[in-house]
Amino acid sequence: MSGNLSVRVWRGRADGAFQSFEVPRYASQSVLDVVTHIQRKLDATLAYRYACRVGMCGSCAMTVNGVARWTCRTHVDKVAADGRLEIAPLHHLPVIRDLVADMREFFDKWARARGSFRGTKTRHDGFAAVSPASRKRRAIEAGIECIGCGVCYSACDTVAWNPDYLGPAALQRAWTLVNDVRDTANPERLRAVAGDGGCGACHTHLSCTERCPKQLSPTAGIAGLKRAVTMAALRGTL
Amino acid sequence: MSFRSQTLLWVAQRASAAVLALCVFVHLGVIIYAVRGGISATEILGRTQGNALWLAFYSLFVLACAVHAPIGLRTVLNEWGAWRGRGCDTAMWLFAALLAWAGMRAVMAVTG
Ligand code: SF4
Ligand code: SF4
Ligand code: FES
Repeated sequence: MSGNLSVRVWRGRADGAFQSFEVPRYASQSVLDVVTHIQRKLDATLAYRYACRVGMCGSCAMTVNGVARWTCRTHVDKVAADGRLEIAPLHHLPVIRDLVADMREFFDKWARARGSFRGTKTRHDGFAAVSPASRKRRAIEAGIECIGCGVCYSACDTVAWNPDYLGPAALQRAWTLVNDVRDTANPERLRAVAGDGGCGACHTHLSCTERCPKQLSPTAGIAGLKRAVTMAALRGTL
Repeated sequence: MSFRSQTLLWVAQRASAAVLALCVFVHLGVIIYAVRGGISATEILGRTQGNALWLAFYSLFVLACAVHAPIGLRTVLNEWGAWRGRGCDTAMWLFAALLAWAGMRAVMAVTG
């Protein structure tokens, strides 16, 4: 692999513009490698975010050639066959500077969806026995590997159209807790994810599922929430 | 509007969609039957007027429309028109009433 990549990188805030760079191309180069090359060798003022470089921390997501991706595990070969890259911050979130999106709204919505565990046991109690084969535990398994990268949120049109919409990741997180037999926050959690800003707003576009780098399906979790919320509404316990 | 009402609206829209799917299917069948059979408008009215079964079927069809369309339009206006809240909800109630009124008027003319 040789030659140069033509890279356009977003600079500034929402009213910023793309800036062009030429970056040498290598074998097995990731998009994050490209951004890092620019920051280290060409323009030290470029702002971007990453931590683990191995697909675990969820901090490196950006819009690459129009598509939200985790950049540390996105090979240039896969997304820039013609040698061109356009790298921008994630969509649907305010831009702090350059490639750094403001994730506050994304994580605040996790809190609004009651995305934190609330149990009753203390350190003096024994472990809860949960069978790995149980239906609920398997439902949790399907959604628990979320790394909070925000790719799904950036890919979801409903997030753009409905500012109250909690979004795929927060709802999926809530679904894992709805299935957690140890959790005690559930009546409130179902209320938190119901209604116009909650699971009912999901149009089942599946963009989140298509884009999630961890191959999770927030759409399936949201469908589970829709069933749970519907039952609660019909029973009058919502 | 409470979360419960919002959820029940959502349920009502899904339930009315299921009813509509069935109604549209029957309705299309009736149209094809009437057109291919070459029966005239007078003959059709002769069969439908005073017929309780057609009255019940088309009343259900109209009712399902009156439930389904305003809830969907509410979402469209919320999302694409950024029109939310009480004003929009009231307008949707009026729209539902308009659909029910216009639809039932037609049903009564054909089956009444
Ligand atoms: S399936 Fe739902 S959450 Fe996922 S992208 Fe579509 S609307 Fe958004
Ligand atoms: S569901 Fe997938 S895309 Fe969304 S935040 Fe979690 S890991 Fe990222
Ligand atoms: S840098 Fe951690 S996931 Fe990409």
